[in-house]
Amino acid sequence: MKNNNPGDSSSTISPLHDPFAKSDAKVEVKNTTCYMCACRCGIRVHLRDGEVRYIDGNPDHPLNNGVICAKGSSGIMKQYSPARLTKPLRRKEGSERGTCEYEEISWDETFSILEKRLGHLRATDPKKFALFTGRDQMQALTGMFARQFGTPNYSAHGGFCSVNMAAGMIYTIGGSFWEFGGPDLERSKLFIMIGTAEDHHSNPMKVSLAKFKREGGRFITINPVRTGYSAIADEWVPIRPGTDGALLLALIHELISLGLYDREFLVRYTNSGQLVNLDDKHDEFGMFVRTEVPKEEGCYDPQNKLWWDRNTDKPVVTHTEGADPYLLGEFTLSDGVKVKPAFQLLQDRVKEYTPEWAEQITGIPAETIRRLAHEMGITARDQKIELPIAWTDSWGKEHDTVTGNPVSFHAMRGLAAHSNGFQTIRALSILMTLLGTIDRPGGFRHKAPFPRPIPPCARTPNTPLAIKPNTPLDGMPLGWPSDPDDLFVNPDGSPVRIDKAFSWEYPLSVHGMMHNVITNAWRGDPYKIDTLLLFMANMAWNSTMNTSEVRMMLTDKEESGEYKIPFIVVCDAFHSETTAFADLILPDTTYLERHDVMSMLDRPISEFDGPVDSVRIPVLPVTGDCKPFQEVLIELGTRLKFPAFVTKEGLRKYRNYPDFIVNWETEPGSGIGFLSGWRGKGGEKSMIGEPNPNQWEMYAKNNCVHHHVLPRSYQYMRNWNQGYLEWSRSNRITRYAEPILIHLYSEVLQKFRLAAQGRGITRQPPAHLAKRIETFFDPLPFYYEPLEVQATDKLKYPLTALTQRPMAMYHSWDSQNAWLRQIHAHNFMYVNALTAKNAGIGDGEWMWAESQWGKVRCLARYSEAVEPGTIWTWNAIGKAAGAWNLAPDANESQKGFLLNHLITEELAADVHGKRFSNSDPITGQAAWYDVRVRIYKAEEGEPEQSSPQFEPMKKYPGMKEHPSWLTYFGGKMRGGAK
Amino acid sequence: MTQLALVIDLNVCVGCHACVTSCKEWNTSGSAGPLCDERPYGADPTGTFFNRVQTFEIGHFPNSETLHFPKSCLHCEDPPCVPVCPTGASYKRKEDGIVLVDYDKCIGCKYCTWACPYGAREFDEKEKVMKKCTLCVDRIYDMSLAEVDRKPSCVKACPTSARLFGDIHDPESVVSKAIREDGGYALMPEWGTHPSNHYLPRRKTHLKIHKDELERADNPLKVDGHLPKPGLGESSMDDVSAW
Repeated sequence: MKNNNPGDSSSTISPLHDPFAKSDAKVEVKNTTCYMCACRCGIRVHLRDGEVRYIDGNPDHPLNNGVICAKGSSGIMKQYSPARLTKPLRRKEGSERGTCEYEEISWDETFSILEKRLGHLRATDPKKFALFTGRDQMQALTGMFARQFGTPNYSAHGGFCSVNMAAGMIYTIGGSFWEFGGPDLERSKLFIMIGTAEDHHSNPMKVSLAKFKREGGRFITINPVRTGYSAIADEWVPIRPGTDGALLLALIHELISLGLYDREFLVRYTNSGQLVNLDDKHDEFGMFVRTEVPKEEGCYDPQNKLWWDRNTDKPVVTHTEGADPYLLGEFTLSDGVKVKPAFQLLQDRVKEYTPEWAEQITGIPAETIRRLAHEMGITARDQKIELPIAWTDSWGKEHDTVTGNPVSFHAMRGLAAHSNGFQTIRALSILMTLLGTIDRPGGFRHKAPFPRPIPPCARTPNTPLAIKPNTPLDGMPLGWPSDPDDLFVNPDGSPVRIDKAFSWEYPLSVHGMMHNVITNAWRGDPYKIDTLLLFMANMAWNSTMNTSEVRMMLTDKEESGEYKIPFIVVCDAFHSETTAFADLILPDTTYLERHDVMSMLDRPISEFDGPVDSVRIPVLPVTGDCKPFQEVLIELGTRLKFPAFVTKEGLRKYRNYPDFIVNWETEPGSGIGFLSGWRGKGGEKSMIGEPNPNQWEMYAKNNCVHHHVLPRSYQYMRNWNQGYLEWSRSNRITRYAEPILIHLYSEVLQKFRLAAQGRGITRQPPAHLAKRIETFFDPLPFYYEPLEVQATDKLKYPLTALTQRPMAMYHSWDSQNAWLRQIHAHNFMYVNALTAKNAGIGDGEWMWAESQWGKVRCLARYSEAVEPGTIWTWNAIGKAAGAWNLAPDANESQKGFLLNHLITEELAADVHGKRFSNSDPITGQAAWYDVRVRIYKAEEGEPEQSSPQFEPMKKYPGMKEHPSWLTYFGGKMRGGAK
Repeated sequence: MTQLALVIDLNVCVGCHACVTSCKEWNTSGSAGPLCDERPYGADPTGTFFNRVQTFEIGHFPNSETLHFPKSCLHCEDPPCVPVCPTGASYKRKEDGIVLVDYDKCIGCKYCTWACPYGAREFDEKEKVMKKCTLCVDRIYDMSLAEVDRKPSCVKACPTSARLFGDIHDPESVVSKAIREDGGYALMPEWGTHPSNHYLPRRKTHLKIHKDELERADNPLKVDGHLPKPGLGESSMDDVSAW
């Protein structure tokens, strides 16, 4: 019926446009795993005539249960982005790095260039090859490649991301946040989020936080900035950046002084009651007193420490039946040695850390700090959960129930990215422990493969002799030092690795120190390298602490005319800033075009109730000449004849990556491989078993995920759960089944301190580092002002500058994404309105932020949701002009800016002229958030453009033109997206 | 009579924009598509989105709140965009109350934009027609989809389940219950448009601590003998009363 009656709202007049119109195109749905961020949700990709029509969350996936985020929903725009690289590219002869002059070459030629160059390095000096990757989650393969090559110079990006969070917690409770564990919000009553920058964990955090709030849980956020998750908190407690340690220690002070701690938990499950040797003449000073016990075979941490028993008033072996230790007091052993329980030392430590003391540092009123402690302590004590789950502890005691103290925490980079982060996170772990919340309902819960022994068993080599030509590295490139003898140093104590990880400078740098690789290699300290292979790491832009300097270092030359870093290979799917400095570019595929594993050997996606691993299966054909980096590694490893990839006769073992994943085992016949699901010849085994030729098909049929749900009795108290630990050992997740006592007091740290004091039985640091080790390797947490702040004139630079991660944009990955960049095309500097007004800066005006290292011109935005001493911006929205195939006048480069220009990778020289990394002195964690700045208004007449600016990047061969309009319609490709 | 609508829970919305792009990706290839983007890789990119999230700050530091506010067509019961349409392109479906635009009739005059007090309409600059949220009318009745999928794309995507979908005229529906029990409200009721979409306000949980909860008989400090005690030398009444 024709409608000629304007204004008639009746639907009896049929519309011409059919709102239900369906195309007759062939639609198919394929399951795989998202990679728009590192969260790794299950997705369903709907293809219409072979093009992506829709990507939604897989309702049958345990991680996201059907939901999807803004990034995941924009995967189409990543797939068809004009920023994609499609051909292997070689820098044109005679052209300079950074000028974007490339020519297409074939993969054959690419491989022969690499084979020749790397083969020579492997045969002569393997450490001259360095492999560093931006992504952590395929370390099992990339790390294996480095090890097989024989180079120690490998790590992923953890060192500049959140290694303090991993190390601080794993060295204390045997597990950590994100993939390793997290808050049990389903049962929690009080949830405290402290120092998160929004993005880790993504969807699971959103899902559980919303449920938690709906069920009436109380949510407190402690953060200098109130955005994202913090927005929906019941209470926001603003804090000055880098002072979280002071707050946490004051909370511990208050909890201990009121007796609001879970004594029973501390006694049985932590080292609180163990007696510490206080005889400072003794080599064992500060170590636990040990006694002779019958030797157990294959034991990692013998149960040979002592308690002072309250019943008999005598020292006894810990966990002696019927004994109950004093947690407080001072005692004298029969040989006259004075001892104190570890808990007493903690109480002594926090005596000075009063709420009034913390108020001066954190800016949080003492009254609020007390109330926070009371809320935590009383909720933990009075709202206990009892689950009717019987379990047996490691000492054979049977329990009818599992108890939960429903207070939970989540923290991430806000605590970690400071040079005092490790000790701060130790304090957080101890606070969680005092409340009795570890691996209990409503508290913190582990995810497999955690808990692991403290520290986990993997070790790097401890001598340069482990590096030999044409031979795999004798040890892991990354590991967990348990004492100074585990450090990877030369006989004179100097670093073996290019990034100086695992050296006396940063002993527990368990994720490596990628942020120092380029500076060190450029300077030739500790030595020069030849080839640097970077995978998905934007080191010439946002992944580096000294962006402008790195860009100079990558182009700097020796007098001979050779580049100081002679050969740079970059593998990326996109036209990132870093690709412009490559001599060879390897075009990677997108996540929709490749096989991948989220392996138990790596950082899997386990749930609280048991191990989970998953896969990606290609849903689209590879674009152009792209090749998955995994395939590149396997091909290269085979050509270079790595023992893992060729037979004794030198013949190829694996056809390709899928074949490798199915058939590779840690040792022949071990039954341990990359994937834990559907092992055994017919797919009948879980966790371990013979290779199954149909493993990929079985994953494909099962939503690309394998979830092994543990019996309920193995789901809690896993550090000390006999059944779980034995299950974990027999499935080869851990080597030992003994209890993992929480390290309230850290002997690992004390061993380093003893070495620095010239005591102990391990090797000792070079003299110039002794004081540093002695200071920071404190077995109990303590607060110190971040190192850069200590060395900065705070009157001149009164503010701290931070970044937060926007939920709709993952780091630097998605500025080429036409939809996501409409949400964040450029970033502002958010400044507390009063702070800005005092500096004469108007809302929306151009301003300068300046540190002692550099300055940026940017747009100011007033905010009432940031504490007055902090300015902040969204991370990695700013781009170099022309990069990511954006127009040179795109907002990202003209209005957007990178905070990194204010940051340094090395602190100013100390009195000896030595420059340390701008990192945590214990773990080498990059101290991004320590930078201090001042702000002022941009002058009249200055360009209305962000600063600094760089020469615009050019498009490479094989890249598409970017269209002026996009009219994407999946299945028709009429938007010029082809 | 059915009136389908969204109820958006501001108590849990974290402003992640999942609803924004999941809407875009469904609808650009659906019956309302394509949703065009201008200068997608250039300066000031702009395009058609049926749903956007705005973020506000309320109050002054330190007593400030940050509010994420998703906004799309509210499918008013008395939609002012419909009577102003000169071609009848703007219409409200009798069977479910969804307000739609017939793109074949729309002449792009934008009267509806001016009439809508909520700014919910999106003019597609490429196709020169007015577009807006359809509540995914091409999903919700599609019997080829599984029941869990017969929902607007934004509702399915939302990680915090902040978006509820249903019939606000059915008192037993999840949306009616939420409006009734959690203080659901309509935007700018003074305009008399009777918006069907509703919002749920922030709801705070507090913990009241009574002073005596800090003192307990089972205080573990007692066990280790460290409860505060007066010193032996301190004076007491016992010393001075002689009777």
